[in-house]
Amino acid sequence: MSAPSPLLEVNDLRVAFTTEDGVVHAVDGVSYAVSQGRTLGIVGESGSGKTVTSLTTMGLTRGRNTRVSGQILFEGKDLLTLSADALREIRGNDIAMIFQDPLSSLHPFYKVGAQLSETILAHRKSSKAAARDRAIELLQLVGIPDPHRRVDQYPHEFSGGMRQRAMIAMALANEPKLLIADEPTTALDVTVQAQILSLIADLQSRLGMAVIIITHDLGVVAEIADDIAVMYAGRIVECAPARRLFANPEHPYTWGLLESIPRLEASRDRELVPISGRPPSLINRPGGCFFHPRCPYRLEDHKRIDPWLEPLPSDPDHKVACLLSPRVRGEIWRGLRAGTPPEELRAALVESERQPGAAARVGASGPSEAAT
Amino acid sequence: MTKYIIRRLLWVIVLLFLVTLITFIVFYLLPSADPATLRAGRQPSPALVAQIRHNLGLDKPWYDQYYRYMKALVLHFDFGYSYQSNESVRTLIFSRLPATISLTVGAAVIWLVIGIAVGTVSAVRRRSKFDRAAMGTALVAISAPVYWLGLLSLFLFAQDIGKIPLFPGAGSYVPLSQDPAKWFTSLIMPWFVLAASFAAIYARLLRANLIEVMSEDYIRTARAKGLPERRVIFKHGIRAAITPIVTAAGLDIGVLLGGAILTETVFNIPGVGRLAYDSILAGDLPMIQGTVLLGAFFIVMANLVVDVLYAFIDPRVRYS
Repeated sequence: MSAPSPLLEVNDLRVAFTTEDGVVHAVDGVSYAVSQGRTLGIVGESGSGKTVTSLTTMGLTRGRNTRVSGQILFEGKDLLTLSADALREIRGNDIAMIFQDPLSSLHPFYKVGAQLSETILAHRKSSKAAARDRAIELLQLVGIPDPHRRVDQYPHEFSGGMRQRAMIAMALANEPKLLIADEPTTALDVTVQAQILSLIADLQSRLGMAVIIITHDLGVVAEIADDIAVMYAGRIVECAPARRLFANPEHPYTWGLLESIPRLEASRDRELVPISGRPPSLINRPGGCFFHPRCPYRLEDHKRIDPWLEPLPSDPDHKVACLLSPRVRGEIWRGLRAGTPPEELRAALVESERQPGAAARVGASGPSEAAT
Repeated sequence: MTKYIIRRLLWVIVLLFLVTLITFIVFYLLPSADPATLRAGRQPSPALVAQIRHNLGLDKPWYDQYYRYMKALVLHFDFGYSYQSNESVRTLIFSRLPATISLTVGAAVIWLVIGIAVGTVSAVRRRSKFDRAAMGTALVAISAPVYWLGLLSLFLFAQDIGKIPLFPGAGSYVPLSQDPAKWFTSLIMPWFVLAASFAAIYARLLRANLIEVMSEDYIRTARAKGLPERRVIFKHGIRAAITPIVTAAGLDIGVLLGGAILTETVFNIPGVGRLAYDSILAGDLPMIQGTVLLGAFFIVMANLVVDVLYAFIDPRVRYS
């Protein structure tokens, strides 16, 4: 986020789908930016809008029932206003994407090599033989052993990790400037996950592309992301450089995500704390802060007031959409780290609300400046 | 693969053997007309009927007759002689085959072209006016019995009795070897009538399959690669959606080669179906046996061809 003009800049993106049940507000005012050579991690539960955001970047959500507004600037061009053909030329060429399930994402009836060559031939003038040579080279690049033989095999003859490597090879075929990886490791074994992540990180450092990695697993982005955006119900609720986000998470949802990850250094008898409840319906969204029905620290005001994503006073790169005051948030997070159960912290918070005199202990809270 | 095909071919022989046995038993056990009486003319003397019965070998027990029949068939590829015309069944059937093949293959080309084209457009432009009109028409085409459709088209377009005389009517079939132009025009109506319901079924089948395939992850990948939409639909979508069409086409063509009885009868085309129909009316056992055997042969062979073809279409399928 430090470069003067980012490669990709998403501004106030909104995507809504009209369905028989009503309008689904899949993405609701999302903004982020990625620069050359940087990695952005987008984290959130299923249905938080993280995949729709990137599919919209690729122009793959266009349709009669889709309403899109905002801006997606790629090298200064707004992808949302590009013609279908112009966008197609960018897809698979300047921006490439890999998906969650590598088996269903590869065509079962075509050889891996043919699917790779096809990507090259879609964007480059090249002979079939040259494309095939390049396919072999790409398979080698992503660490597939014996690429000369593998190039003529079908996806079902590949293992899960190999298939994802093949998908990555396909994405890299035209040396994209931006690689979007949508849950690239979710369908894979843990050991293979690590290999794929280090492969992506390694290729990024060699090829210098920007990477957006979408995941529900904070552990995945912790390893490779420079910046992290946490999405909830179609919005970004917190974003910050990765280290600062892990050191000082500010949003109760981020706390929930962090507290639900098992950690080796934590004592054995410490229980994992799941986030209670379920993600809200994106058709009938809750009023006020979207997270309030599941937030242990909600106050009455939070059901009415919609928080904005605002920078911390102490750190302009760290933004959060939460109605609690920074001081209260700091205290609660320290309490959580110390192992205090959320119920106790909540009780203290409610207590301090009732008696302004006790505010010294948990911090003044009230509707934050964000509310106005 | 070769082993698999050989094994399947051996099964074909067993199956055909069973088919002859079942036809034989059915013919004997079910109350059918007595072939000897049918052949003896008006008010025959019992002695004449007995004589004919003896000549045809019908006075022997059924298993004895069956044994003789099978012996001739296996050793000399001899299907026997028609009770009715005394001609060789084999010769008769082979003389009728070209008409049936002409009818079936022509109709298959029509229904595949129409079915695949309409199914594709309907799936890609789902819920468009075209889709609604096409699927509505398909429903009518599936529901309309082929003999009704045949009679209707004769009534409308036949040169002899039609309101708008466009095409040669019933009984105008000319073999291809005799006059290709007349062969073609005489078959236009039968082809379309026979193809109508198949085209409708195939269009619906492909539409449903293609709609499902187009929501698959690998289609999203194809789009993400930046392929033109046309290529996404044809190379990636239809390629995956077409497999059930191949199966259906193989089996349907197999069934029809054994005789498209209704169409051949309505248009009076001298094909195998017509032959089977006539021989059933006449209680002509060797003829029935021959046509049933031919039909069964085409069906089991079609099954085999479809299964082998499948391995070529879908690389995940391997036979061992």
